[in-house]
Amino acid sequence: MSLLKLENLSVTFGNFRAVDQISYSVNEGEVLGIVGESGSGKSVSSLSLMGLIDYPGKVSADELTFMDQDLLSMPEAQRRKITGSDIAMIFQDPMTSLNPCFTVGYQIIEALKTHQGGTKKELKKRAIELLTLVGIPAPETRLSAYPHQLSGGMSQRVMIAIAIACNPKLLIADEPTTALDVTIQAQIIDLLIDLQEQKQMGLVLITHDLALVAEVAHRVIVMYAGQIVESGPASEVFSAPQHPYTQALLASLPESAAGKARLEALPGVVPGQYDRPKGCLLSPRCPYATDHCRNVEPASQGPLERQVKCHTPLNAQGRPAA
Amino acid sequence: MSLLHRPHVSPEHVTRVRHLLMAIRGDKLALFALLIFVFYCLVALLAPLLSPYDVNSTDFMDLENAELAPYWQTGDSRFLLGTDTQGRDLLSVILYGTRLSLTIGVCAVLIQVLLGVSIGLLSGYIGGRLDAFLMRVADIQLSFSTMMVAIVVLAIFQTMFGNAAYQQLAMLMLILVLGIAEWPIFARTVRACVFAEKEKEYVDAARILGVSKLHIMLRHILPNTVSPILVILTIQIANAIVAEAALSFLGLGMPPSQPSLGALISSGFNYLFSGAWWISVFPSVTLILLIFVMNLLGDWLRDHLNPKEIRG
Repeated sequence: MSLLKLENLSVTFGNFRAVDQISYSVNEGEVLGIVGESGSGKSVSSLSLMGLIDYPGKVSADELTFMDQDLLSMPEAQRRKITGSDIAMIFQDPMTSLNPCFTVGYQIIEALKTHQGGTKKELKKRAIELLTLVGIPAPETRLSAYPHQLSGGMSQRVMIAIAIACNPKLLIADEPTTALDVTIQAQIIDLLIDLQEQKQMGLVLITHDLALVAEVAHRVIVMYAGQIVESGPASEVFSAPQHPYTQALLASLPESAAGKARLEALPGVVPGQYDRPKGCLLSPRCPYATDHCRNVEPASQGPLERQVKCHTPLNAQGRPAA
Repeated sequence: MSLLHRPHVSPEHVTRVRHLLMAIRGDKLALFALLIFVFYCLVALLAPLLSPYDVNSTDFMDLENAELAPYWQTGDSRFLLGTDTQGRDLLSVILYGTRLSLTIGVCAVLIQVLLGVSIGLLSGYIGGRLDAFLMRVADIQLSFSTMMVAIVVLAIFQTMFGNAAYQQLAMLMLILVLGIAEWPIFARTVRACVFAEKEKEYVDAARILGVSKLHIMLRHILPNTVSPILVILTIQIANAIVAEAALSFLGLGMPPSQPSLGALISSGFNYLFSGAWWISVFPSVTLILLIFVMNLLGDWLRDHLNPKEIRG
């Protein structure tokens, strides 16, 4: 059953479309990876799911439902009941996600109290359970620690504990490991995937890290300039990319440059508000672009579970088919 | 797994207050300033017990004793610091004057904090048009100098309601005028802090949990803006005391019947060159020392409330 479903979700700031008509769904127990370079709208789309886009940002969608409840039309109060308990979110920078003025215990208990309630003793017991679950040693003493006394990895574990405090059905992790060092990254991801499997949560994993997505995600979405350019099962997308952008992302991995003197890089940057090209948004940077690409925007094509937004999708040899 | 169950030693839990107490013990100048400030506060609180004479009794003022020099010049042990032009014991009057000055300073700043912090929080967190409006009001308020506003308001009040009413309400008026004139200083600082804090992800996390706006402002953001508020608070109390003294000196502050330090300095000023130097000099020294230690404390707090220093 699909937990979260969005159809043509757009987020606009004035004239600028940060997220441009994206559609996807997440099923129970599924890990969906969203990848793309900086500025491609990954984070903004997840913030819009949580209702965190402030004026002047505008969110519109043909459909935005969570377990068949329409998130856009429901009153704010009801939506807040869902986000935070049924949908939880983990942020990028664990050092600023915890309030520096309060102890870890206070913050976990506050999260529990808001949605579940219970006596002080029960809440404290539950907080200790949660900290144990996310692998924090000596949880009883950690409850009275302040965020600045924790390392980045520890803080992120605490954030995960707070996120899963209310047994969410869907967890959105917005670059949960970007701010951590490499050895800790693997631990945090292991923890997230363990918890996801134990609780059969849906997990939306937003990241720059293609290798990570290839390893843990069931399905993957590649975003560019606010649009979904390619989507499909993770194994297929990464073994046989059909969109030139996906191909370029994979080529830029250090692993694929083994034996070469330089890393492959896609020249240019993601277009912003004032330099949006006509036609395909990737056309100025795409090595295969034709005049047709520069003038006409491509539509998504292919079967529903494996879509690509390109006039000339790549074949198995990594060459334009047409 | 074994790591999880090993007995664990965690660093001692250090609160902000304890951190400050530990730090001040190592800094002699700050400790000295704090001790003097505490001494002033005690004197202000206990003035009725400490002063050798009851300032409210009718025989406190006796013109026969007017302008007596301090004890070490006259040998008159009744008046340690001498007497003023109306024959009041200078020590008693200074004790009560300190009490008045500190009360006016603290109360005026409390009004500033109350107004400034709430306006700053609203302005910073809600933003948009409300922010633009409130900050323009603050700009206008700050473009009138405090002294000018105070002089105009107090002078008008004095002429409208007469001297008798003024004598009764002088303290309240001073507190209100000084309190309302300088709230934008707090409002601007708090607003700037709120802008920095509300971008942090813990605010988003709280919003996701469904915490109300008011609760986010008061419980999540306000505690993170306390450090700069405390620093300005110390300096502002000193400023308010100085402003009150200046107004009293100009004859617009406390009436001669209940003199604050500024009013005392003013009353002795005319006799300064006729030999009765003590009437002005002792209150002046008292005031200068108070302002000096408050500024020292403010500086020290600014150095030590920096959250980056508390880490570790």
